[in-house]
This record gives sequence, C-alpha cells and structure tokens, in this order.
Amino acid sequence: MKPLYTLAAGAALAAAVTQANAAEIEVLHWWTSGGEAKAANLLKQKLEAKGHTWKDFAVAGGGGDSAMTVLKSRAISGNPPAVAQIKGPLIQEWGEMGFLGNIDKVAREENWDSFLPPELSAYDKVDGHYAAVPVNIHRINWLWANPEVLEKSGIDSLPKTWDEFFADAKKIRDAGFVPLAHGGQPWQDATVFEVVLMGVGGADFYRKAFVDLDPEALTSDTMVKALKTFKKLRGAMDPDIAGRDWNIATSMVISGKAAMQIMGDWAKGEFTAAGMTPSEDYLCEAAPMTEHMFSYNVDSFAMFKVDDKGKQQAQMDLAGLILSKDFQTTFNKAKGSIPVRMDVPLDDFDACAKSSREAFDAAQAQGGLVPSLAHGMAVSASVQGAVFDVITNFFNDPDMPAEKAAERLASAVRAAG
Amino acid sequence: MDNVIRRRTPRARLLRAGLYALLIAAALVYLLPLVVMVLTSVKPIEEIRAGALLSLPSHFTLDPWIKAWSSACTGMRCDGLSGYFVNSIKIVVPAVAISTLVGAINGYALTKWRFRGSELVFAMLLFGCFVPFQVVLMPMARTLGWLGLASSVSGLVLVHVVYGIAFTTLFFRNYYVAVPDEMINAAKLDGAGFFRIFWRILLPVSGPIITVSVIWQFTQIWNDFLFGVAFAGFDSQPVTVALNNMVNTSTGVKEYNVDMAAAMIAALPTLVVYVLAGKYFVRGLTAGSVKG
Amino acid sequence: MTPTDSLSRASSRRAGRRSLAGTLERVLPRLVVAPSLAVALFFVYGYMLWTFILSLTGSRMLPQYNFVGLEQYARLFANERWHVAATNLVVFGGLFIAICLVLGLALAIFLDQRIRQEGALRTIYLYPMALSLIVTGVVWRWLLNPSLGIEALVQSWGFENFRFDWLVDPDMAIYTLVIAAVWQASGFVMALFLAGLRGIDDSLFKAAALDGASLPRVYWRIVLPCLRPVVFSAVMILAHIAIKSFDLVMALTGGGPGYATDLPATFMYAHTFTRGQIGLGSASAIMMLCGVLAILIPYLYSELRERKHG
Repeated sequence: MKPLYTLAAGAALAAAVTQANAAEIEVLHWWTSGGEAKAANLLKQKLEAKGHTWKDFAVAGGGGDSAMTVLKSRAISGNPPAVAQIKGPLIQEWGEMGFLGNIDKVAREENWDSFLPPELSAYDKVDGHYAAVPVNIHRINWLWANPEVLEKSGIDSLPKTWDEFFADAKKIRDAGFVPLAHGGQPWQDATVFEVVLMGVGGADFYRKAFVDLDPEALTSDTMVKALKTFKKLRGAMDPDIAGRDWNIATSMVISGKAAMQIMGDWAKGEFTAAGMTPSEDYLCEAAPMTEHMFSYNVDSFAMFKVDDKGKQQAQMDLAGLILSKDFQTTFNKAKGSIPVRMDVPLDDFDACAKSSREAFDAAQAQGGLVPSLAHGMAVSASVQGAVFDVITNFFNDPDMPAEKAAERLASAVRAAG
Repeated sequence: MDNVIRRRTPRARLLRAGLYALLIAAALVYLLPLVVMVLTSVKPIEEIRAGALLSLPSHFTLDPWIKAWSSACTGMRCDGLSGYFVNSIKIVVPAVAISTLVGAINGYALTKWRFRGSELVFAMLLFGCFVPFQVVLMPMARTLGWLGLASSVSGLVLVHVVYGIAFTTLFFRNYYVAVPDEMINAAKLDGAGFFRIFWRILLPVSGPIITVSVIWQFTQIWNDFLFGVAFAGFDSQPVTVALNNMVNTSTGVKEYNVDMAAAMIAALPTLVVYVLAGKYFVRGLTAGSVKG
Repeated sequence: MTPTDSLSRASSRRAGRRSLAGTLERVLPRLVVAPSLAVALFFVYGYMLWTFILSLTGSRMLPQYNFVGLEQYARLFANERWHVAATNLVVFGGLFIAICLVLGLALAIFLDQRIRQEGALRTIYLYPMALSLIVTGVVWRWLLNPSLGIEALVQSWGFENFRFDWLVDPDMAIYTLVIAAVWQASGFVMALFLAGLRGIDDSLFKAAALDGASLPRVYWRIVLPCLRPVVFSAVMILAHIAIKSFDLVMALTGGGPGYATDLPATFMYAHTFTRGQIGLGSASAIMMLCGVLAILIPYLYSELRERKHG
C-alpha cells in the first residue's frame, strides 16, 4: 500500500501547487429550468476549466423570492455564499450593509465601463466600486401575437395605441378568440400595468411615479387614466386568469386560443419550444405606445466578501467569464434576452433579439430607458410589494374606482417606504 | 366486534348498497388528484401542451420518470432527483430516530414518574407543536451559525428533532397514560430503576405508538421544504428542494410530465409508508394516543 | 397514582437505603426531561421573545435594534391586507375544522359497518396526508381551474351550464383552499375516529339494540359522547394544521386572486422575507402566536383539570 499512498499524497501536493489560486465557490442562483440552466452550465464548465470548483446552490420559485429568503438565512447564520444572483436596488442594500466585496480589479483590466451601458452598470456598483456583474438584458414591454389568429379576426397589423388595441380586441372577440392572454398572479398584473403606464404616461412620468415615488405623480390624472386603461384590459381577457402561470398564458397564444400576450422576452422560450419561428409563426413588437421605450430587467451576480485569496480570484474569474463574448452570446440566446455587453454582435440572434437591441439603443438615446418595477429593478422590495398589493387588488375588484386605487397606491407606498 | 345491526330486509340491503356506493364514490374523489398525477407523468409533453390534462394518455411513455430520476435539471446539475433522495434519507433517518426516542423517554417520565410541575413541563413542550415554522426561520439561522452547523446535515437533523419533540412527546405521553400503573409500581417496589422499567415494561408494549410516531415524523420531515431550503448546504439539499427547483421555474419552459413524475418520485417513500404501515397507524391510534 | 404517593414511596425507600443511587433515581425523571425543556425554552420561547423584540424595532431587510415602540403594530392594524388575512384564517380554519370533523366521522362510521375491502378504502382516504402540497399543489390548481379542470371536464360531458370557478372568484377562492385542505386532512380525522369507534365497548351497541333503539339514534346518543376525547384531539391537530397553512396557499392560489386568499402565515412570510419588512412581519408573527395561545390555553386548562378529577 505504501507506494500507492505516497503517489496519492504526491498527486495531492502537485494539485495544491498548481492550484495555488484555485478555490471552491458556492453560487446561489434561481436558474433551474431547462434552457437557462443548460446555458449557465457552460459557465460552470468554464470556471472549472480555470481550476476552480463551482458548488451549485439552486433555489427556484417566485422569480427569485425563495432564493432571497435563503440568502438572508445564510447571511444571518454568518455563512453567505461567495456568489449570489441578486438584482436591482437589492444589490445596493446588501452592499450598504457591508456584505459585498469589490471586483474593481477585473472590471478595470477588462475595461467594463467601455462596453456596459452606464444606466445598467450603476446597479452593480456600490459607492462607485463594482460589487456585482450584470449578465443579460430582458425587455418587458413586449406584445407577443399569433398572426394566424389576427388574420382570422381581420387584423393586419398589431395595435400601436391602446384605442387601436381595444378596437382590435373587439374584432378578435367577435371572431371567437381571447384577445389578450394573461395569468392573474400579482407579478403578472404588475407587469401589464407598468407597460400600460409607460405607454399612457411616457418614460418621464413612469420614472417620476415608479422610481422617485412622487406622491403627486402617483395620484395624478395620468395615473388614474393608466389605471382605467389597465382595468379595461380585463375585458380583453378570459374569465379564468386567476393564478395561471405565465407560460400557460403563452401557450394559449401558441395554440391559437388567444391572440396576444404582454410579457417579457423570456416568453420566446415557450414559442421556440413549440417549434415556432419569430416573425413567421409568432410576432414580437413593442406594446402599444411604448415603441421607443425599453423597460429592462437585468440579472446580476453579486460577489460576497470573502477573505480567502483563492476565492477572491475565483469571483473575479467568474465575473470575467460572465462578461466574455461567447458566454454572452450562448447564454442570452438560450434565455431570450440580449447581451449586456453592447459590443457583442447579434448577427446570429433571432429577429426579436435584434429588434430588442434596436429598441434599447433608441430608448437610450431618447431617454426612454426605464427600470421594471414588476421585476424588482426600480424600487425596494417593500415598496414593490406594496404596489403589487394595490395593483392586483384593484384589478380583481370590479367595484374599486381608479381614483381610489391611485390614492391607495400613494398611501401604500408611503407606508412601505 | 358485532356492533352492526343487520336485518336481512330488502330495505337494509338497499341501505347497504347505498353505503358501498357512497364509500366508493368518496374513494374516487380522494384518488382523483393522484390519478391525474400518474396519468400526466406517463404522457408525452405534446399531449399536455395540447391542453388534454384529464384525458387518458394516447401514447404511454416512461421517459418522464427516467428523466426526473436521472437527468432532469435541478439547477446547473442535471442528474435528476436521485442524489437528493439520498440527502433526504440522511436527514430523515437520524431525525426520526432521535425525536422518537426522546419523545418516548419524555412521555414515560411525564406519566410514570410524575413530579411537581410535570404537567406544566408537558404544557410548555406542547406549545412547540403550534409555532409556525416561518417564525423561527431567522433566529434558527443565527443559532445554527453560532453552533457551526449552518448548511449541514447535522444542522437540519437538529432543527427537525427540536420541533419534532413536541409531537412525539404528545404521542407517547397520551399512550403511556393508558398503561396501567400497577405494573410499574410493582417493579419500583422490586427496586427496578428508571431505565430498567422503561426498557423491560414500557418499551415492549410501545410497538403501536412507535409506529405512529415514526410515520408522523417521517412524513413531516420528508415533506419539509422550508427548513430544507433555508438550512441545507449545496450538497445537502433534500428532495423537496430539488423538486421545487424542477417544478417551479419562473422564466423557463415547463415540462409537466417530468414535473409530475418527479413529484411522484418525491412522494413515493411517504406513500409507501402509508400504504404498508397505514394499518398499524390506525391500530396505534386505537391503542391509546387518542385518549387525551 | 398521584405525585404524592410516588414521593412518599420514594422517601420511604430513601429512608431504607440512603444511597447515591436512590437520590439519582429520584432526580432522574427530571434529568431526562430537562434537555427537552431546555430546548423548548430556547428554541420556542427564546425565539418568541426575540421575535417580540424585533416587532418593536424598525428592522427592514436584516434584524436591527432601532426601537420604534408599537409602531409596527399600528402599521399592521392599518394594513388592509392583514385584515383580509386574519378574516380568512377564521373563515378557512372554521370551515376546515368543521368539515373535516363531519366528513371524518361519517367516513369512520360507514367504514365501521363491516365493509369489505376496508383496508384498501382506509388507505385511500388516508393517503393524502402522506403527500406534501408542494407535490399536489400543481394538480389541484389544474383541477380547480375552470378552463382546464373539473369544470371543463363536466362541460365536455355535455353539461354546458356547469360552473365551478371558485378558484378565479375573489369571493369564493378561499373555499378552494378549504377543499384541498379537507382532502388532505379528513382521512386522518377518519382514522382517529375509527380508532375511537373500535375502542368503544360492543356491549353498548347490544344493549341499545335490545332496547330497540335505531342505529342513527345509537350513534347520536351513545357513541358520539364516548368520542368526545377524540373530537378534542382532532380539533387540536386540525387547528395546528390550519394555523400553519402555508404550502397550501403558496401552491394553490399564491394568495390570489389579488390577495383574497392570504393567510397570516403567508402574510408574515412575505413581509419578513420577500419584502424586507422584518419589523412588520415580526408583529404579525406575534399576533399569530397570540391566536395560538387563545386556542391552546383552554385545551391545557381542561386537560389539567381532567387529570385532577381522574
């Protein structure tokens, strides 16, 4: 046994020498479904090719809600993972409490500021230092449609305004289809509402109401008008929306039961899985009145403070890999989003992704770039929850007038803030 | 047992037929969700996407089961539920054993060796049954951190034992209350000690209640999600967490047949325990735990 | 045996042989219970105290100790969603317990009529208790969904006017929670009652039959009173299930439509963990615990009083 033992010890020693800077890092994330998990798996393989070990800690549910519960529990027990998927203002909150590390070194080396849109990289910086790395850009204000249903209803182009939308909805209804597919979950209600609000109020109003939380904007006539339009959409939906998952709603569009759906671009995954091609079998266009606007949802990975030099190196290596051009391409193709790096060409992306990038550029130039409240990019979790409560309750209560909802919105936001 | 009053009249026969009809109808209702799960798990996904949820499969396939067990993604790992199954067993076996043992000794001490304040102690323990687990999540996280048990199997075992003791103590206490005191008193007079009496007199008659306690604890701990997700490490997540990861995707494509197969796999151990030991469960309840 | 005569016996024994073993024997029962008590004091009562302290603070995403007095309770009672959640618990808990008791008793009595295949039927009624709602939630959502489940099925049989759309109706959705919860727990209650029925002396039935009493009358007048302790155990178990109901709501309705099916447990969880309002969440947790005490104290009172009489 002795030779074998020394051999093993020697091998271990050799490994320890070659991997002086290699480490195990635990990564908390909520990418668990087929396509995105497979794409993210590439990241794991690449990290391991650099000698590090990726310890996978996946927690699905509630668009990251469950993962955040786990992260809190881990942080309270003094044992946070090295890397965690966090997004939006939450990154700042964790940073302000002193949990996050600093990855400026890799950001400088690879010159992140040159290719990341400043509006987005701001989320990943705490006090001016990079503490997190962005992965992708989802666009929320999409209108997905089944052209066959539109044709059967005598409609030749997607509606550009809400008036057109309601006129078309009547035609679609008369032809025997559901005009707008929807799932009645609070986040979906809020998604549709924020898209309506962007269209009705414009980007500046949206920011005033949903980013600055200005009480005057929240109770203004524009808000009331947006609420009324939103409530009117209820008539364009089928009665059984409550609790429906978004993908079931999408499958109504796919199967030709419904004509349209308002949803972020992850919906593309469902169309692709059903073997459909964009622009032919399904359409993707900006939701009514939001053509030059772009409400974004950006996933990020935050780097928690670690003392171990090897782990710090692993965090930097991971950050570098996430922003590498080929990972940006493969991952975003699978996820339905567009690369967060502006210098990655979209040549072999589909038509929807290309139009998403065009819309992003246009919105950036014209000030139409807004953070999605429904997807946790605009405000703190407590305000977001309070807004969800009011919106979803208003949408489901046939008797609540829009004026009252606007007042409740303002008071709920005040109470939560 | 002859508590049925049977008269062979046509009316009685009709009543009996009605009774059976009622019981069978109820059984069908109870079975419905399980049937839907099983049917869905052996259908190809196209059939489900077409919207036929409650129909019989036109093509029977076991692929979803194989995929759920060995190749479905639960994160970046795509090797199905098999590994998590083992994690669950590592958590459940010690947790059930320890909590049952502690409950048995508590129940014994609280009924056969009453001391001043023993009723109060029981009352205080009982309150543990009613604490909503969401409430203890945060303080428990901190405690596990202090104890150095965060993200470990031992930590999870500790959590389950701590909140299981209330139930097992309740079961055993109510059972041992019904065991006659005379035998124990006689043994005490003979000089038999605390553990000797427990070992020689109580334990041999405890079969039914041990079954109840084990079934109850096994079901509770196996099905636990909240503690599992909050306190497990990357390598100790139980099967319910993996199932949730598989089933609960917010922005991904769903495969309902695989989801259902995974749900069935995750549920199999508890189902088997209920089917095989259900008889003893009812018997154990008969033997005393309801007299309280 | 009462505590006093165990004491006197122990003391007489001690007088006989004043050994260390004797003293040990006397404290041993306390000693073996002590760890459990210590665990309960720390993990149940200590945590409650900590939660109470947090409910007096302005804690947001993580615990902080900036005391704000009773402000969180004021905010809680001004919160409309909390009122919905609390009312829902009363409606849901009341119906759930009542239906489970009636259904469980009925099934137990029917099963107790020398039914063939009793074992199989019993297992069928009991199995839902074995499954977590994480497992069955998706199926229940399908079944209760009007366009996918039972309504669609019955309509496809030709009953076009059949409606079963409680899940999507804000006023009725809470009752779908009751349906799923009853499905899960009523078999267990049935088992409890069945066990109780088997424990009743057969001579009671015979005597009643000789008196010419009808079967329903026998059950109502004689059997039911004997089952009182079972009813009590069942209510306790059901009440704890109702108060802890969390998976049920998450899996079935997610609290919706709107927040029409929110329960205190989901309210507490959402505010403490998802929304970063630990102070408010803790206040709601304390209110829940007060509710638990309101149920538990009468139970323990009667339990302890019964001991004194018996």
